[in-house]
Amino acid sequence: MSRADLGAAVAQLKFRNPAKAAALARAIDRTVQEIGRESIAVMHVCGSHEQAIAKFGLRSVLPKALDVIMGPGCPVCITDMPEVDAAVALAERGAQVATYGDMLRVPGTRSSLADAQAAGATVHVVYSVAQALEIAAATTAEVVFFATGFETTAVATAAVVLAGEVPPNFSILSAHKYVPPAMSLVAALPDTRIEGFLAAGHAAVITGWKLFEPLAREHRAPVVIAGFEPLDILAAVLKLVELIRDGRHEVANMYPRCVTAEGNRVAQGQLWRVFELRGGHWRGIAWVPDGNLALRPEWSHLDARVRFGLRAPTPSDRPAVATDCLCGEIMIGRATPADCRHFGTTCVPESPVGACMVSSEGTCRIWYQYGGRPDLAGATA
Amino acid sequence: MCLGVPGRIVSVEGLVATVDFWGVQRQVRLELVDEPVQPGDYILNHVGFAIRRIPEEDIEGTLELYEQLLKASGEDDLMAADVRGELDAAREQGREPR
Repeated sequence: MSRADLGAAVAQLKFRNPAKAAALARAIDRTVQEIGRESIAVMHVCGSHEQAIAKFGLRSVLPKALDVIMGPGCPVCITDMPEVDAAVALAERGAQVATYGDMLRVPGTRSSLADAQAAGATVHVVYSVAQALEIAAATTAEVVFFATGFETTAVATAAVVLAGEVPPNFSILSAHKYVPPAMSLVAALPDTRIEGFLAAGHAAVITGWKLFEPLAREHRAPVVIAGFEPLDILAAVLKLVELIRDGRHEVANMYPRCVTAEGNRVAQGQLWRVFELRGGHWRGIAWVPDGNLALRPEWSHLDARVRFGLRAPTPSDRPAVATDCLCGEIMIGRATPADCRHFGTTCVPESPVGACMVSSEGTCRIWYQYGGRPDLAGATA
Repeated sequence: MCLGVPGRIVSVEGLVATVDFWGVQRQVRLELVDEPVQPGDYILNHVGFAIRRIPEEDIEGTLELYEQLLKASGEDDLMAADVRGELDAAREQGREPR
């Protein structure tokens, strides 16, 4: 992109500080030229990053040779079908299921929680695990909290367990996931294009940035912690391409106002007292070793799988996705929504085929809403 | 589910703080926060829990994005909708449990 084009592009986007944005975009352009390859791909792993990138049209100011891909950063999207099936089965058997909003419409093998609800089951949408506890306290029925999300929501689940306020009719169906092993898996794919990662700012508030050092070293892929402002993201992308250019496989923290080296140790302490790492299928992607957060054995009395005799997932379970839905390929960076024949035609937010179209943090949903790599005309809309 | 929202603590009672989010007061739990907090401090709220005390020098930079989002965005904005969801995660003051 020429200097004048870049200036025009930046002027059309809604930056708080256009001069700074233009300077960052130029520096990214320069660095990518210095790398001198036709194609460089980096991955972020956070739905909020994709929302900001799409909403502010950031891809329109990035050089053509640089692909910023959204990886497995949408907790709803990677919740596996058998996990949804388990929640649906419990709802159908008469338990009240409470879960975060986007989970309702995620298709299971046979049906979604919304389908179960329409057929008469009791399903509550909650914004917080604390609200699920309130529901349980007000009824004698069994209430199952279908616990989804990454580190940031898992610590909240852990906190209520440790606070000792869980009523006897409350149990937890954990589908919590842990992001770093999935990043390793993507980085280790033999045909991966991913050369570096942007790590999610608020998950790193919990884990701290040092956690990513082994990943950066072992997979020779630098990791940059990024905030959520458009300028934060551009600054992080610049840092990442600089590290790639210089062959430095290390971690840089470009969100120091929220993220520290060690992270939130209080929250980590609670997380690991309640959960342990186990392997699990990530929908459409693969069996991710250490990718799931399961309740530790000492909390088995709160584990819905134990209480209701549900089988735990195993690596030999067939990972099920809708026929030729590309969600999984999209989440590991091998395809974009534009490659999928369902996208925008048979798969739309009102009737999603894949989970990536359901969640407000899913790549397909976000691209549908904003347009993924908008041209300049699109960016002003 | 991964964008926390900052707010200012109005009062603290045990492990629950009343927090002001742009004029709306909500209750936020403090079990997970990394440092002791007191009225006047800013915290980052995520699904009804404070996950970080925001250092004073960083408050302004942190608030700006959210103010822009909440002011400028319509109903169909996914990011603004997530921020509003985070606010709903914090319990309304005095609301009876369901």
